[in-house]
Amino acid sequence: MVPNGEAREAVGEYKAGWHDSEKSTIRFDFGLSEEVVRKISSLKNEPDWMTELRVKAYHHFIDRPMPTWGNTSMLESIDFDRICYYLRSSESTEKDWEDVPEEIRSTFDRLGIPEAEQKWLSGVTAQYESEAVYHSIREDLEEQGVIFLDMDSGLRNHPEIVKKWFCSVVPLTDNKFSALNTAVWSGGSFIYVPKGVHVEMPVQAYFRINAKNMGQFERTLIIADEGSSIHYVEGCTAPTYSTDSLHSAVVELIALPGSHIRYSTIQNWSANVYNLVTKRGIAHENAKIEWVDGNIGSKLTMKYPAVILKGEGSHAEVISVAYSGKGQHQDAGAKIHHLASNTTSKILSKSISNNGGRGSYRGLVSVSPKAENCKLNVVCDALILDEKSRSDTYPTMEVSNPTAHCEHEASVSKISDQQIFYLMSRGHSEEEALAMVVNGFFEPFTKELPMEYAVELNQLMALEMEGSIG
Amino acid sequence: MDVGDDPGIPLLEVINLHAETGGVSILRGVDIKINPGEIHAIMGRNGSGKTTTANVIMGHPDFDVSDGEVKLNGEDLLALEPWERAREGVFLSFQYPQAIPGLQVGNFLRKTVSSIRGEEAAKGADFRKSLESAMETIGIPRNFLSRYVNDGFSGGEKKRFEILQLLLLKPNLVILDETDSGLDIDGIKTVAAGVNEAVREAGSGALIITHYSRILEHVKPDRVHVLIGGKIVKSGGPELANELEEHGYEGLEESLSEEAF
Repeated sequence: MVPNGEAREAVGEYKAGWHDSEKSTIRFDFGLSEEVVRKISSLKNEPDWMTELRVKAYHHFIDRPMPTWGNTSMLESIDFDRICYYLRSSESTEKDWEDVPEEIRSTFDRLGIPEAEQKWLSGVTAQYESEAVYHSIREDLEEQGVIFLDMDSGLRNHPEIVKKWFCSVVPLTDNKFSALNTAVWSGGSFIYVPKGVHVEMPVQAYFRINAKNMGQFERTLIIADEGSSIHYVEGCTAPTYSTDSLHSAVVELIALPGSHIRYSTIQNWSANVYNLVTKRGIAHENAKIEWVDGNIGSKLTMKYPAVILKGEGSHAEVISVAYSGKGQHQDAGAKIHHLASNTTSKILSKSISNNGGRGSYRGLVSVSPKAENCKLNVVCDALILDEKSRSDTYPTMEVSNPTAHCEHEASVSKISDQQIFYLMSRGHSEEEALAMVVNGFFEPFTKELPMEYAVELNQLMALEMEGSIG
Repeated sequence: MDVGDDPGIPLLEVINLHAETGGVSILRGVDIKINPGEIHAIMGRNGSGKTTTANVIMGHPDFDVSDGEVKLNGEDLLALEPWERAREGVFLSFQYPQAIPGLQVGNFLRKTVSSIRGEEAAKGADFRKSLESAMETIGIPRNFLSRYVNDGFSGGEKKRFEILQLLLLKPNLVILDETDSGLDIDGIKTVAAGVNEAVREAGSGALIITHYSRILEHVKPDRVHVLIGGKIVKSGGPELANELEEHGYEGLEESLSEEAF
């Protein structure tokens, strides 16, 4: 009774899978070379140091072998020569939706972005292909000195801040895909929150890939100065194509003493997108960094949001959910490094595999020898919906200080027929019943999201459950 | 029933019901007829087929009906999916209600009332009021609503939660599967009051499955059926429950086998 029968065919229920006609003002030919990297930089009129950084990163990307762990066969199937590394569809970044080209605007309308902005957001950036097409921030925040820009404008307007922090958390040699991002980055968000300023309502970034064989490489840098706080939310979708696209972002967070950064993601790429993302933050004294990370879409996701607990008393949380359906592999997890004493961390990972999908939790928590009295808690729960699906857990703990207090729990479960029958006896169809159990499983995650996102996630999961009953 | 008293179409008719699971035959010819406004009890030992009877009426997919019929208001119930049966007014209070971690009670009740009684019934102040009054009747505190369905509930809490659903869903046919076991006497009285209200006042019907006659002191059954080995071996008035209480199932089996000779 529980879905072990018919597969959900292809990605038929993906609701964001439409595409606009491709009208670009600048479109690079497929393929990557040093010339392409230099062209992107000169197009953006960047300072020399950034151009050279890009070139250096490009060579590192070329020299660096593919990872030999994770889903290597999927990784090897990425054709870097069949990807467009830069595509601009709009002349400029607008502050008024009315000025955004109509077709692009209607896409964001369909995704509900302008509506959400009016209701409950402090600021919005909307990226389409390689560039931000819309950007705005509430005036009162601007007056308080909050900087919220797309990354390119950030570099133009605040080169000194960018130069100081760019690549300071994720060095260009970190991994193959962060090197690729550093070489060809375009768009993303740049945020600086001044001392003591609390941005009450979230700011949101929305990333949309429209073109086929597109590579999107946004770069985000968030700096929360002492005692400040911000909640950043990002969402993403793409059309469903039979050819693959590549999304490889780098996000760097710097939480200065006593600050609080929460970074929430609902990743809903279509099932032809490789999503290979490096996300990392450094927490200084008594600062707090939280990654709230939901992975529903994409073909292959490899993403392990990380926090370096550098300052005493700092705290990290990574709460993540992953749904792997047909043909999908969500290889996700978390990394936390306790470098200072009295630091605490919590990892909660929930994954669902269905319809032959594969979910992997890959996590690393380390405590350095000098870090006294650290507390760490790791909980991984996996739910497998049918016989064809797979779930693996790769947890690693490297604890080099005996005063650390570590807790680790892992569970793998299946939905029981009795649960589904109980809900069916209460008037809920089999699919509804399944969605109720699945949403319940994700609840510890969804309750951390702003209400609007929680509702959206529940609806997404209900869609995923449609047609997954045999 | 007196001759000449025409009750019209029965609420529930179980006719010669045979059911099996995994090739093992469990029900071997069960007959029950419940008229509107009636309460029937099925008594029997563990393994006699009591819970299977309830599950088959509700439509549990683990059981195959190999023969016989189940009709609700004259309509074939076996052709319907479990959720359709629920929407037709069949309610089963489970012996072992299932936990759904992460699903909040309040949310679950709203969705459930909406799917069974319609969206309007689950909206606004009326719903809140009926929910509050039902919770008060059963003695469930407010903070219950933010707990997860049956998750970490005590045995008694699970049973009370089933009865709360019963009161909110206003079913035509109530089936209680050992709802009394694991309840103290106050709990049993509460359950009984809930069933009496649902059946006697609303003109629906109930099938009470139980080991013990305790609950039947508070819910006076019109008929009592004794199930042994998947067959109803004896039916009678409420006095049959007392008889069982005095002589036990063995006594009944002996008297039955004497009759057979």
